[in-house]
Amino acid sequence: MNLSLSDEQVFLREAARGALSRFKTFEAAREALDGDESALPDLWPVACEAGWPGLLISEEHDGAGLDVFDAMLVLGECGRVLASVELLGHLPATAILGDAPAAAELLPGLASGEQRAAYLPARPPDDVEGSWSADPAHGLERAALASAGATDADGRVRLNGSVAFVPDAPGAQVLVGVALQDGRPIGVAIQAEDPGVTVESVTRYDSTRSLGHVTLKDAPATVLDAPEESLAGAWHLAQALIAAESIGSVETALDVSVSYAKERFTFGRAIGSYQAIKHSLTEVLRQLENGRSLLYYAGWARMGAPAEFPLAANAARSVASRALDQAARTMISVHGGTGATWEHDAPLYFRRAELSRRLLGGASDATDRVAGELLTQASAA
Amino acid sequence: MDLDDTPEQATYRTKVRSWLEEHKSEAPVLQGPGALEDEDEIIAARRAWQGKLAEGGLAGVTWPKEYGGQGLGPIEQVICSQEIARAGVPGILDAIGVGMLGPTIIANGTDEQKSRYLGPMLHGDEVWCQLFSEPAAGSDLAAVQTRARLQEDGSWRLTGQKVWTTNAQFAAYGLLLARTDADVPKHKGLTMFVVPIDGAGVTVRGLRQISGEAEFNEVFFDDVALDAGAVVGGVGNGWGTALTTLMYERVTIGLGGEGMGYNSNRFAAAIASDKHARRDRNVRHQLGEISSELLAVRFTGYRTLTALQKGQIPGPEAGLAKVTIVNGAIKAGDLIADVFGPDALADDSEWSYMISFLPGLKSAGGTEEILRNTIGERVLGLPPEPRLDKGIPFSELRSKEAAAA
Repeated sequence: MNLSLSDEQVFLREAARGALSRFKTFEAAREALDGDESALPDLWPVACEAGWPGLLISEEHDGAGLDVFDAMLVLGECGRVLASVELLGHLPATAILGDAPAAAELLPGLASGEQRAAYLPARPPDDVEGSWSADPAHGLERAALASAGATDADGRVRLNGSVAFVPDAPGAQVLVGVALQDGRPIGVAIQAEDPGVTVESVTRYDSTRSLGHVTLKDAPATVLDAPEESLAGAWHLAQALIAAESIGSVETALDVSVSYAKERFTFGRAIGSYQAIKHSLTEVLRQLENGRSLLYYAGWARMGAPAEFPLAANAARSVASRALDQAARTMISVHGGTGATWEHDAPLYFRRAELSRRLLGGASDATDRVAGELLTQASAA
Repeated sequence: MDLDDTPEQATYRTKVRSWLEEHKSEAPVLQGPGALEDEDEIIAARRAWQGKLAEGGLAGVTWPKEYGGQGLGPIEQVICSQEIARAGVPGILDAIGVGMLGPTIIANGTDEQKSRYLGPMLHGDEVWCQLFSEPAAGSDLAAVQTRARLQEDGSWRLTGQKVWTTNAQFAAYGLLLARTDADVPKHKGLTMFVVPIDGAGVTVRGLRQISGEAEFNEVFFDDVALDAGAVVGGVGNGWGTALTTLMYERVTIGLGGEGMGYNSNRFAAAIASDKHARRDRNVRHQLGEISSELLAVRFTGYRTLTALQKGQIPGPEAGLAKVTIVNGAIKAGDLIADVFGPDALADDSEWSYMISFLPGLKSAGGTEEILRNTIGERVLGLPPEPRLDKGIPFSELRSKEAAAA
């Protein structure tokens, strides 16, 4: 039994914290909300220097060959300072490419960060819904995956379709996703600069989250010989990564709120001494600890029990997402009126929380998936 | 990062498993066909089974060898519990004695107490109960009023009442926290005693709960005589001795999590049996939320084990896992009753029993409110609520309370 971080993992985490601490991410997030998007520091060079783009790429292809849990540690550090680093889109894309021998030549450039990839979220079937789907631009009705024509002699296809709210799509050179060919899912890699590919940059509520609507019209793509489990695995990996990022944000939101509760006095005593405040902060801690434990579950399951990874990753997403919502709302209330003003960082956490909850299928879909996985297990038993 | 046994742990697991394979036919049957029904027979059979477990080295795993234990660590204790659960046989009857009270005596008792009480406790020959809480002292445990008065010959006379006492109806002894000096501040005037439950002046009365069953008791003491040798940990040191017990209680709760049977697989199996419920969005959403938290607690347990393996002692944050488990199980019971309808509340339904049991469990081992206070103060470092009892003699506090009423 060993669920503690290795020395290398502690070093990876501390190095990430150190590297990100050189930037005023909160100030930049606020200025960007005011319209000055150039205020956001470009953290991709920092990521490249640290080797983060290649975290999940094997050493054979110039990556670091590390595990999902290591990537989650880095995402957690990004979440702590609400940093905008394009790893949420990049890492799941590299996970699919790493399972596709046909894409081997793309990997060194993606490992160094010279090129950046974005994952086109594709939701795999579950026990109720039998088909694959993409995130829609609006509403509850799921969108169809892009459709692929016949594969030509060079292993290329033409794609038609669209995917909304793709994390980190603007500026990515390679788009990696899933398309349906004769009703069957196939992995595809698309060069963003090719004709027929449009990436419309969109900002919603949280200036630190880069999103894109991707439209494909007869867009050329390379068919990836990654197995279907790998295509589904990328969806669950993305859930685990956004969970880790959210838990990082919960950590600092709680720290700030606790410090304030110790310093701020009313009726002659620190507000943190009142049960109403103490219990609401303890509730954030409870959800934070649960989220942390599920990050360990997801990190362990990916290697130690791959069949459980979908359950673990979606449970982590579900809990982490609620934890961040709770942490942000508690941060606002503990700070009184100030917490709801532009001067404070609390609104930045709140905006991060509310948008994050709706990305990558939405946190409720992750919650539903937890039920689906357990119900399927129960029927099999 | 792994959940695997070390080679030593694997060897220990194999040893426990083969003992259980060899002896499990001797275990009492408590469920299913051929199950024992008579309460007295069940207790007698479980005591005998505890004796066999002790002989096989499966009870008191963490107790030192000189007191009949195995001298092993908490990880081995967990492995042993896992294997007992896997074999589908009951564990020891006196988990409170062996898990919390025995270790308290080992840490604080006299040599005479250790040699007299520990052996029969471990083997189930004498069952123990914990006599701490009172009607007016639960969260504020140091406010106990049960009074022990020193006699001229050095013996004591005990009068008062305890409550929420598990196993008192068949216990031989209790470990009791009493006030021995009311003229000093309340934490200082306390002393721990060993009290024979069959002694003159002791009355045990079952306390029925929502389910209609009496799993707890009230215990009354009317001028009960105790000799000087009944004091555990020294006169006036009762609070420190009680803290030892409460630390072992935290370890037990921190590691026992899923042992209570409140786990996501069990609840999912119930929902999966209804073909409409398993496709209902709302039911699935609730099941997903409840299960995610319960799965988290399973891994919090593994984190606790990792800490124990490194020689760290679990802190008060283990209490958060209890809050999650109890509230998760309450929501699960509610969901299952929504799905199954009134049948979930039938007398013989496992869900009816669970639904009835949980509201009380919310306060057991520390109310949710006091756990949140403790964790807020010890873990987050938030300032305590101002207290009106600090440094004030207990007798003075009592007269203030009387005046206010």
